Order: sequence, then structure tokens, then C-alpha cells
Amino acid sequence: MLPSSAPLHEALGLGGFNFDNTRRNQVLGAQGVAAPRVKKTGTTIVGVVYKDGVVLGADTRATEGETVCDKNCEKIHYIADNIWCCGAGTSADTEATTQLVSSQIELHRLATGKAPRTITALTMLKRKLFQYQGNISAALVLGGFDCNGPSLYTVYPHGSTDSLPYVTMGSGSLAAMAVFEAEYKDAMSVEEAKALVQAAIMSGINNDLGSGGSVDMLVINKDGNTVLRNVVRPNERKFRKAGGYSFPKGTAKVLTQTFTPLSSLPIDVTTTRSPAAMEVG
Amino acid sequence: MSSIMQYNGAAIIAMAGKDCIAIASDKRYGIRNQTMGCQMKKIFQVGDKTFVGLTGLATDMQTLDQKFRFRSNMYRLREEREMSTEAFANMVTSLLYEHRFGPYFCEPIVAGLGGEDGKSPFLCGMDLLGAQVRTEDFMVGGDCTEALYGLCESMYRPDLGPDELFEVIAQCLLSGVDRDCLAGWGCVVHVLTPEGVTTRDLKGRMD
Repeated sequence: MLPSSAPLHEALGLGGFNFDNTRRNQVLGAQGVAAPRVKKTGTTIVGVVYKDGVVLGADTRATEGETVCDKNCEKIHYIADNIWCCGAGTSADTEATTQLVSSQIELHRLATGKAPRTITALTMLKRKLFQYQGNISAALVLGGFDCNGPSLYTVYPHGSTDSLPYVTMGSGSLAAMAVFEAEYKDAMSVEEAKALVQAAIMSGINNDLGSGGSVDMLVINKDGNTVLRNVVRPNERKFRKAGGYSFPKGTAKVLTQTFTPLSSLPIDVTTTRSPAAMEVG
Repeated sequence: MSSIMQYNGAAIIAMAGKDCIAIASDKRYGIRNQTMGCQMKKIFQVGDKTFVGLTGLATDMQTLDQKFRFRSNMYRLREEREMSTEAFANMVTSLLYEHRFGPYFCEPIVAGLGGEDGKSPFLCGMDLLGAQVRTEDFMVGGDCTEALYGLCESMYRPDLGPDELFEVIAQCLLSGVDRDCLAGWGCVVHVLTPEGVTTRDLKGRMD
């Protein structure tokens, strides 16, 4: 982040939030119009420190109200090769916040010529969230491996943070924490840590309505990161009609049909109008 | 009072086939329970291989369409090439998230062909804050999404050709809007292949 560029950006009206519609939306709200549903990740996200690194885990369900709008979303976000971040809360916020910090970290890495540290990402995240006083509803689990070894943090939407050996976040955090409290040991092997994270996420998937789908995991250690996408898929579709449904050509009644070739190809628009177009009702 | 997203009413489906995509919408323009017209444009073509379907508040749909066109035209002039569908989707996301604390009441669905060969399907839905959902099969939007999800989950098949894909998406949309009094009054289906766009107006219930 170059400090000198900030006033220029403001003068040009670039970057930052735009409040043009805010007053209109407030007036609509005062008239009793209900606020629209937004995509949330009512989530189970966890992290655990093991002997040589960190294991992060997440479920893959995203919801809009009571509707599951994504059965297999990715909740473990990239910050840097050695720093990753699980996100819970409003999907747009977790996505935008982690992407912003990721780009700031990359610029910082290029400016300093040094591998980024987890604490730097943590500070950037908490400053941003504190600045917005909890209005950016992102609850995060940040894990990384740097020159100080493995580290694991939670970041709350208001900007407070915790540093712990095992953490959980999201609506399934209680289910996952129950597993951690029962099974966690210091200095686990990578296999033990992966099994523990898997059990914790499965507990969230099975016991929390806001969590579901498959288990995603990520291991970070001194050798880099290993993305383990959909390591367990316990909720595959059970029944499907063999061969599916097929509709013979002409099932849907077409009134008019137009073909427009792509503009990169020669242009020749043809229109056919069926007699059905003349019918009423 | 109900949500502002149900003020005008809309239903949109996008589906991926083999080297083709289809995107379909109803054509009703209403103000709450009163139908004002049945020729409304809800799907907008941006460049050659990208479509965006907009559901939600009609005034915001049309404002956003203008903003999208402005930005993609500026991109074409500056870069001397078309915006890829993925880049377009990311542009839509950043535009919507910029209005995080005063959003446009609009949920876009972006569909197009892209990839290395220029014919891989790309589908992406968003909430009104710009959080993306990327899928490989289908994406639905509007105010009868529950009905549309159910139909698409059972009727969709992967790797359909353009003609079969048209029949499937048409049945999903026509059956879906029959269970929604805020959408319907005719449907339009666009099928995009590497050769061009086939646009069909469907005969549907007018009640």
C-alpha cells in the first residue's frame, strides 16, 4: 500500500466504498421494506497447530436464508503461499477482505523482498475490521508458517484477535470445539492433526444446520502448502433417475426464433416466425 | 411489507451444456401484484460471448446494465479486446461490493463461453453484495428460486448439445414460473454456441 497514492485515489473517486444508494435504502427500510437476504457462510471453520505446522479445515455449504445456494463452495482463502485464511459470516465480506489483504501482502512482499509473516496479515485484517466497527461481518481463522514457525489466529468481526493452538469459528464452532476439547494433544503428527480436523468439521456438518457438504483441508508447513479439497464427501447425491429426463425436440412451443452470429463472424440475421405467434392467450 | 427483491418479480435460469450455454428469463414487468407489461428485457448481452441476467428491483437492473456496458466498453477501447466472461464477473462483483453499505437490489447471473479454447462454459451467480457462486451445471435467480432449484436439480443433465439444452432449460423455467405469481407472462431463451446466439421466445401461460 503506497501512502502517497491514497489522496490521488480519493480525488479520482477510486477505491473505497460508495454510499450513493445508502439514503435511498434507508428510506425504503423506514417504509417497512424488509432487507434482502445475502449470501452467508453459516459455517464450521477450524484450525489446529501440530508439530511442524498448521492444519486448517472448513465445510463447503453457503446459504441464502434457509436455501443452500452453494453446495461446494471454497472457504479457505489464499492470502500468500504460506498464509491462508478460513472465512465465516457474510460471503461477500470474507471474500473481499481476504482478497484485499492478499494483494496488500503481495505488494509488501515485493517491496521488502522478504517472505510475508502471518502476524502482518493478522494486523492488516484486524485494522480493517476495527476501522469498520463490525459492519464488515467477517469472522476469520488465519493460519500460516513463517520465520517464527507455525501460528494460528482467530479474527472477530469487530477486530479483536486470539492466538491459540486450536480454534473454531462460525455457527458450527461449538460442535467442532467439542471435538477439539476432547481430542486435542500438543505436538501431534500431521496425520493425527488431519484426522482431528476432519472429525471436527464432520461434527459441524452433521450437527449444525448452517454447515454441510464436504470437508476441505489445508496443511501449511515449512515445505509450503498442500490443498486438500473435498477430502471427504459424505453428502453426495443419493438418488438420481437413470438416464435423466429427456424432452423430445419441439416440447416447448417456440413463437419466434432468431439466430445472430458472433460479431467476429460474418453478420447474417435470420428471423423465422411460426404461425403460433399469431395466436392469442 | 415484503422484500424489495419481490417488488417487480423475475425468474432467470442459466445452464451449461457441451461447448454451449443457455440463459433464460421470464418477461413480466410488474409492480407488486399488478402486471404492467410482458416484454421486459432481463438478460443483457455484454460483448460476444457473455450474458448477464439481472433479477431484483427493475430500476437497479437497468442502472446496473448501463454501468456494466460503460465499463466493458471502456475496457474494449483501452485493451483492444473483449472482456472475458470471468473478468466480467469479477468486475460485476467489485462494482456490487463497492456499494456494500448501500447496495443495488439486484442479483446478477453471469453466463458465457471462455477458457483457452473459447468454448468452455462459465456460470456464476451473485448475491446483491457481489459474493460469487460458481457452478458447472446451472444457476438460478429471482423470486421463485426454491421451485427453480428443485426442477433444475432433477431435470439437468451434463454435456447436453444446444438443442437438448434448450428443451431442458425451457421446461425448467416454464414449470418454475407456473408456481410463482410474480413471474411468467412469456419466456425468452438465449442459447450461446461458438457460432452465435439463438434467441427463442416461448409460448407460456399468460395468467
